[in-house]
Amino acid sequence: MKKYAKSHEWFDTESGYVGISGHAQEQLGDIVYVDLPTVGKEVKKGEMLASLESVKAAGDVYAPISCKVIAVNDKVSATPELVNQDAEGEGWLVKVEPTNPSEIDELLSEEEYKKMVEEA
Amino acid sequence: MWKIVKTTVGESEARMIEELLAAYSIPVIVQQTDLFVHPIFGSSAQCEVLVPEDRYEEAYNILQGEGSTVKYTPLYEDHVKLGAKIVEFAGYYMPLQYDGIVAEVERVRKEVGMFDVSHMGEFVCEGPDAVRFANYVVTNDFGSIDFGDIIYTAMCNENGGFVDDLLVYKIAPERIMFVVNASNIDKDFNHILKLSNGFDVKLTNVSDDTGLIAIQGPKTQEMLQPYTDLNLDEIGYYSFKEGSIFGVSGIISRTGYTGEDGFELYIPANQTTVAWRKLVEIGIKPTGLGARDVLRLEAGLLLYGNDMDDTITPLEASIPWAVKFEKGDFYGKEALLKQKEAGLKRKLRGITLETKLVPRHEMEVFKDGQKIGYVTSGTFSPTLGRPIAFVMIDANVKIGDTVQVLIRDKYVDAKIVKTPFYRGSVRSKK
Repeated sequence: MKKYAKSHEWFDTESGYVGISGHAQEQLGDIVYVDLPTVGKEVKKGEMLASLESVKAAGDVYAPISCKVIAVNDKVSATPELVNQDAEGEGWLVKVEPTNPSEIDELLSEEEYKKMVEEA
Repeated sequence: MWKIVKTTVGESEARMIEELLAAYSIPVIVQQTDLFVHPIFGSSAQCEVLVPEDRYEEAYNILQGEGSTVKYTPLYEDHVKLGAKIVEFAGYYMPLQYDGIVAEVERVRKEVGMFDVSHMGEFVCEGPDAVRFANYVVTNDFGSIDFGDIIYTAMCNENGGFVDDLLVYKIAPERIMFVVNASNIDKDFNHILKLSNGFDVKLTNVSDDTGLIAIQGPKTQEMLQPYTDLNLDEIGYYSFKEGSIFGVSGIISRTGYTGEDGFELYIPANQTTVAWRKLVEIGIKPTGLGARDVLRLEAGLLLYGNDMDDTITPLEASIPWAVKFEKGDFYGKEALLKQKEAGLKRKLRGITLETKLVPRHEMEVFKDGQKIGYVTSGTFSPTLGRPIAFVMIDANVKIGDTVQVLIRDKYVDAKIVKTPFYRGSVRSKK
């Protein structure tokens, strides 16, 4: 199941994939560069996990939960526009293992996230 | 229990709202939401302003009253209908992008695209002293150009700093027009009005009555020619004629802000939609401010508020050709002359990078471990496939030198290069 952070990242509890939301992708515009962490890196919730550069803006991607990076998506490094085309699917950024699984409950459901975006 | 009453770009606006609501004794929480920053002013964070739920309606109504100062151009509804992403820019709701910045930039470079630039300010200056007065206001030599010609210039304060950069149109012996940046309309008008003391001129701010559409790209002329009574071939670079296009009368000038050939149409505000819709009909695609900013930066053109402001002189901004000391007296001359004689300490330069990390406004620039300046404007250039930027740095640094830009936590090598970064189909003055 996909869960969302207020800072616009998603975490899929089944696959362990983390990416940015479709809304975030839209806000950033044409993405030209994706800077991914190294496999094995451990971060706490809210720490910087990756960064993106679009033509007009830079976006830091924060860890939606405390986790360890177990894989990165090489496809988005080679073709950053994949994040624009399919932010919540093929455009995932990293695969992680939660190090404090209780934090997952604090994330927003898809419905709650949508509501937050609409209200903003 | 707390509810978001407003989302702002940058903390300063949020703080202003906080102060405003404090005057009504409404408690406020300001929180930074994320770092998906403003697409044009890269460095500011997004903020949420929250108020207690039971005071929400009151706060909302106060802000509606205050917030209505943001203006709309005559084309606002058309932008929304055409699917534009809208942002607030220089006090106006403007289209940021339609199909995506990269696609829009490419279209202007290869074919044609059009921009709503109705937010720009226009002042008409009439009277026996119009030309002499304009020549005193601006740094470039307005006296020497012909009627029907246009000059790009700075106008400075008494310290030589930019009040604005602008175009001045020489329409007739007793009639000229200033075209200024939207964000500076009030400041500029007051500045010019103040200087007019002792000159026989009448100044009128016609900004709200004037629509402005820029059509840019190598195919502009062939696209527009069938729909105007003017022979566009007879309008040279930085010249204009009065005529009609799609039956709408106005000024048509061969000017722009993209590095491509093209025209700008100054037409009555209430007929702007007529012209715009005809342009859409003949297949010219709208282009947003995001692409406009990329195009102007690739073409090495300055943006007020980023690359220069009240504290930077045209000499420092690397447009010394727009300051003509020999033309006679003009406002700010003394300070500029003094700076020229003393030598420049800092200078605007262009840089390019080999990586894909993008330098952004206000990032620091280093050489040999010493801070030598900052980035004024930066973007990824889709045309060149690499990042480009303007930097305001130590004047001793030369073209070909390598400097470092601190991009978040990395010192990234950048090379000082000549500008423009890219030269498109733009013509040159005969």
